[in-house]
Parts: sequence; structure tokens; C-alpha cells
Amino acid sequence: MASTLLVALFLAPLVAVLAIAATRDARAAEGLNLLASVLACAAALPLPWLSLHRTGPFWGGYVLLDPLGAWVLLCTALVYLLASIYAIGYMRLLGEDRRLHRFYALFAGFALTMLAAPVMNNVGVYWITIELTTLISAFLVGFERGRDSIEAAWKYTVIVSAGISLALLGTIVFYWAGSHVLGPSYEMTWAALRGAAPKLDGGLATLAFLLVLIGYGTKVGLAPMHTWLPDAHSEGPAPVSAMLSGALLNTAMLGIVRFIPVAEAARLGGLPRGALILLGVASLLVAALFIVRQEGVKRLMAYSSVEHMGVLALGFGFGGPLGVAGALYHMVNHSLNKSLMFFGAGLVMRGYGTKSMGAIRAVLRYQPTAGALWLGGAVAITGAPPFALFLSEVTILRAGWSGGRGWAVVAMALLLIVVFIGFMNHVRQMYFGDAGLPGPAPARLSAWCLVPMWLALAPVLVLGLWWPEGLWHYFAAVATQLGGGAP
Amino acid sequence: MPVASLDPLAASLFSLLAIASLLMAFVMLGSRWLKDYLWAFAVQSWLIAGLSAAVAYFGGFSELYVVAVITGLVRGLVLPYLLLRIVRRLKVAREVHEALQPSAALVIGALVAMFAFLVAHHIGARLHLNGTVAVLGLTVMLSMQLIGFLMLAIRHEALSQILALLVLENGIFLGAQILVPGMPLLIEMVILFDLLVVVISLGILVRYLLAHVGTTSTRDLNRLVG
Repeated sequence: MASTLLVALFLAPLVAVLAIAATRDARAAEGLNLLASVLACAAALPLPWLSLHRTGPFWGGYVLLDPLGAWVLLCTALVYLLASIYAIGYMRLLGEDRRLHRFYALFAGFALTMLAAPVMNNVGVYWITIELTTLISAFLVGFERGRDSIEAAWKYTVIVSAGISLALLGTIVFYWAGSHVLGPSYEMTWAALRGAAPKLDGGLATLAFLLVLIGYGTKVGLAPMHTWLPDAHSEGPAPVSAMLSGALLNTAMLGIVRFIPVAEAARLGGLPRGALILLGVASLLVAALFIVRQEGVKRLMAYSSVEHMGVLALGFGFGGPLGVAGALYHMVNHSLNKSLMFFGAGLVMRGYGTKSMGAIRAVLRYQPTAGALWLGGAVAITGAPPFALFLSEVTILRAGWSGGRGWAVVAMALLLIVVFIGFMNHVRQMYFGDAGLPGPAPARLSAWCLVPMWLALAPVLVLGLWWPEGLWHYFAAVATQLGGGAP
Repeated sequence: MPVASLDPLAASLFSLLAIASLLMAFVMLGSRWLKDYLWAFAVQSWLIAGLSAAVAYFGGFSELYVVAVITGLVRGLVLPYLLLRIVRRLKVAREVHEALQPSAALVIGALVAMFAFLVAHHIGARLHLNGTVAVLGLTVMLSMQLIGFLMLAIRHEALSQILALLVLENGIFLGAQILVPGMPLLIEMVILFDLLVVVISLGILVRYLLAHVGTTSTRDLNRLVG
């Protein structure tokens, strides 16, 4: 059952890429990509539940379905579906129909690499899928071929490729350390590394873990390795920004999270979690500073992603059932919510013809429905109740407090408040600032753009009012899998 | 491969090849002509292919012969050819604005290599491997990684940045051949394939840079800040 679903999950976008390349027609490409995303999402929905019972490995040991990977897979598939619906409406606004089939082929290919990464059982193959996501998405970032978007695509590729080479180096050092325990040749799987971990040399394991943390941390956008993120996320078309922020960052975070139990089993003490917590606080700090003084609307959302990746890093860093539950809940909430934010930002950017927040005024008058949804999303993304991000952030704070990480909890709470004030101040000016500027005529937006915004906001609200009991059990299973951390 | 019980001839051959590869990284660091970088990179790749073959012969890892042949072909011929095509398309033959003179870069490169040796020596002492070729492999791997980052930091021409990324990869690959020759063949194959994709992607991006930005010097990519 699970392996059939995995086949469907990979085949859907793969067939879409090939079919789009064959037809080279914009309208057909839209439909094929949408169909692939619906199928992928339908296949990913039952996987978390199945992963609790039978986890593989499948296909010669290269694919592993565990609760952690299945959860990331679900988040990715949801964002892929939302972004594919939205792309149909949004990409038509760009008037690039001639090249549009290339966009959708790359889009489906990008989704394929992101869906493959979470279930890779081989550490080296996982690294390669992450590297491929960079290369494919670079062309999506540069799709508009403007001076700025090409600049962003170049910086993105070079910085992330260089950063992630450190993760490969760390993986090789881990493998070398393991070869002193398991012999010169063994399968490079997560389980093998973890099995060898208790006998690894401490110094070597420390070096390897720090390399891996910095390498994948670059891809996650943890400060101070985040410099590519605001450029790439703000210069790509809105559906691509949503995929980068809502899906790609999680799949890279998975790499760090999977290495933590290995490092802990190697008796590195508090170092792995301490380093992750430090990067988390640094990300929150950098995000808070840049959010307060931000001028570009999509850059604001990009720095908000740095902030939320910091929150995730803190959640996984605190660990334990509470920390892991908070982090995983936050992951899905952030994926949905940040997609909504980029969808709204894209529409506003098109409507007003500018990226600068200074020129965006009285949003509700010009785009009543989209404006209202975007406003709801803005309240949610800053962690205000009654939305789900409030619940997950409070859970992470509780986890840190009970785990004796008082300083990190205080820093996180203060910085979240700063972000809230800074972010909301920008929103206030965009919605209620003096409307002296002549705005565009009220736009009639296609349902393709509005429906995914509804679909993203509704679950964030529902999950904010009701945390399903079953999810607690699921998160507890993941926490057991990861082990360690606070009680 | 039990590095401690290695044939002295094999150990000296490995050392020679590893040190010669590191030397090529220094040649790249000390030059400002793009074509010289390219030659140094090609020679470095052949040396690494030779190293793979040597490890295959002396260590008894027969699948590394395949790796050696493919390394020589992909890293030694295809990649330099693709890069040469990019150089021909560019109107620049040399670095115009280095942040550091080549001489200063060489000095810093030497310091960086010493740092890498200290780290490798420290780890070697913990594992009782000092004096073996493993420490040298680790030293060269870490030095090439750091020199690659140094090149990324001080060179602004797009092609130099691509080559710096390739030096990073060459360093890792070289280290892997000496330290973990038993690594699954699939990983090495896919990493080679990945390199090809990296260079093709960056090559296309260079064309876009020329067409839409009008420059290939990353000094001029300064619009996105804050």
C-alpha cells in the first residue's frame, strides 16, 4: 500500500514533466501540472498514517518512509497543490504564454525533487536531491529574466551550492568515522550511521556534525547563512516563492533533524542541540531587525521565513515530545500560511505594479476579498491567536522552558514580539495608511488565485482552534524516533 | 583500506598525487587569467583520476577503476570543454577586479593550508593515524575546501566562481578517494552527474547574466540588498 502510494507520488510529477515537454502548450501544461499536484497530494495524505505501521525500506533500501519524513512529505505536497492552483491564475497575468510550458515543466520537476528528498534512506542520495532542488529552482527564480531576478538566481545557486558542499564534506567525514566501526564499505544509510554512532570518535563526530549543520543550515536559511534567501524568495514569481518558502526549507531542515540523533548517539552532549538553538536565536534576531526596517513587500515575507525557520530550529533544538510536537505543528502551519502570504503579496505586487510597500495603500478597497484573506494571513503569520501558529509557538516556548533553556525562551518570546510589532506596522500602513496615492482600479481576480488563499487560511484557523488528538500521538511517535532532548 | 598497513610505494604515490592536486589549487589562486584557471582545474582532475586508479590498484577496490575513467572523462575533459565554451563567449580573459592580489591570495592560501593541517593532525592524533596518508588526505581535502571558499570570496568573475565551486567538489572527491574508498559506487557516480548539471546550469545562468544584466562580474550584482 505505502509503496504503491510512493510510486504514484513520484510518477505524477515525473509524467507531468515529460508530457509538458512533449506538448509544449501553455494551457495543457497548466492542466498537467495541476493534475500531477492533485495526485501527489492525494497520495501523500494517507502516508503519515501508513508510516506509523510499516516503514519500509522499499526498493533496494533506497526509500524509507518514517513518520518524520512522511510529515515533511505531506507539507510539501500541500504547498505544491496550492501553488499549482494559484500558478494558473497568476502566471497568466505575466503574459509569457510562449515560455509558460517551460515554467510548468520546471515547476513539476522542482516538486519531484522536493517530494523525493524526505524519503531518501541514503544520506548521499538525500544530499543530491537537495542539490538538485537548488539547480531546478534557480531557473524558476530567474524565470522573469529581469536584471534583478537573474542576479537573485545567480547568488542563490552559488551561495547555496558552496554552502551545501560543506554538508557533503560532513557526510563523508561521518562515513569515514563510521568506517572505523563498521569496516571500509557499508551502506550509507541513516540507520547505519546511527548504529555506528555510539562508537564514533568524538572529535571527528563534532567536526562532521558542525559541517552538516552549517551546510544544510545554508539551505534552510538559518542566520548567518541566510543571505541568499531574501533575494531568491522575493525575485521569483509568487507561486515559486511559496514553494521555496513553504516546502523547500522544510525538506532541508529534515537533513539537520535527522543528523541530531546520530550526533547525540555519538555522545556529543549538549553540542548538537545547543548549536541548533544558537542558530535559531540568531535567525530570529536577524529576521526581527530586517523586518522592522523592510521596504519590499516580498522581502518582508522572505525575512518572515527566516524567522519561522528560526522557530523550527528552536523547536527541534529543544526537542522532547513537546518541542518536536510544536516544531512539526509549526511546520505545517507555516507551510500553509506562508503560501497564503506569498499568494497575496504576488497579487498586490501585480495590482499596484510595485514591490515597494511605500506605494501600496488601502489594499482592502482595491482587492476586497484577496485583501481580507491576506490580512487574516498576516495576523496568523505573526503568531497571534486564534490562529494555529500561536499554538505551535507557545508549545515550543513551553518545551524550552521545561527543558531548562530559559535564556533561549526569553530571547525567542521577545524577538517574536518585536517581529509582531514590526510586521503589523507595515500591514497597518498598507491597509490603513493615508490613501493619498491614486491606486489602481479595483481588480477582478480569477478564482484560480482566490481559491488557494481560502484553502490555505481555513486550516490555519481550524488548527488554531482545535489541535486534533490524533496528531499528539503522531508527534509523540516522531519524538520517540528522534529521542533525547527535554522531557 | 587499512591505511596503516599500506605499501610504502603506494603511500608515496598517493601522497604525491594529493600534494600535486593541492599545488594546482595554488596555481589557480596565483593566476589571474581565466584560461590558466581552466588548465589548472583540468590537470587537477586528471591527477585525481590517477589517484582513483592508484587506490583501485593498491587497495583492491576494483570498482574505483570505473570511477577513475569517468572522473577523467567528466572532470578532466567534459567540464573543461564546457567551461572553455563559456570563456570564449565572454569578452573577459582575466580577472579585472580581484579583492586581493594573487600574491596576497597565495599567502592566505598557505595559511589556510596550515590551518587545515593542524585540524587534520589533531584528528589524526585522536585516531592514532598520524604519519599515514589518511592525515594527508584530510589535510588536502580541508585545504581545498577552504581555498575554494577563499576563491569565491576574492574573485568576482562569474567563471572564477564556477571554478571555485568545482575546486570545493574536487577537494571533497579527492579526500573521499583516500579516506573512504569503499564508499558506494552509486554515490560517486551521482555526484559526478550532479557536477555536470551544476556546470550546465551555471553556464546557462552566465548567458542570462550577459544578455539581461550585461556583465559577468558579480561586483556589479549589487541591486538586491537589505
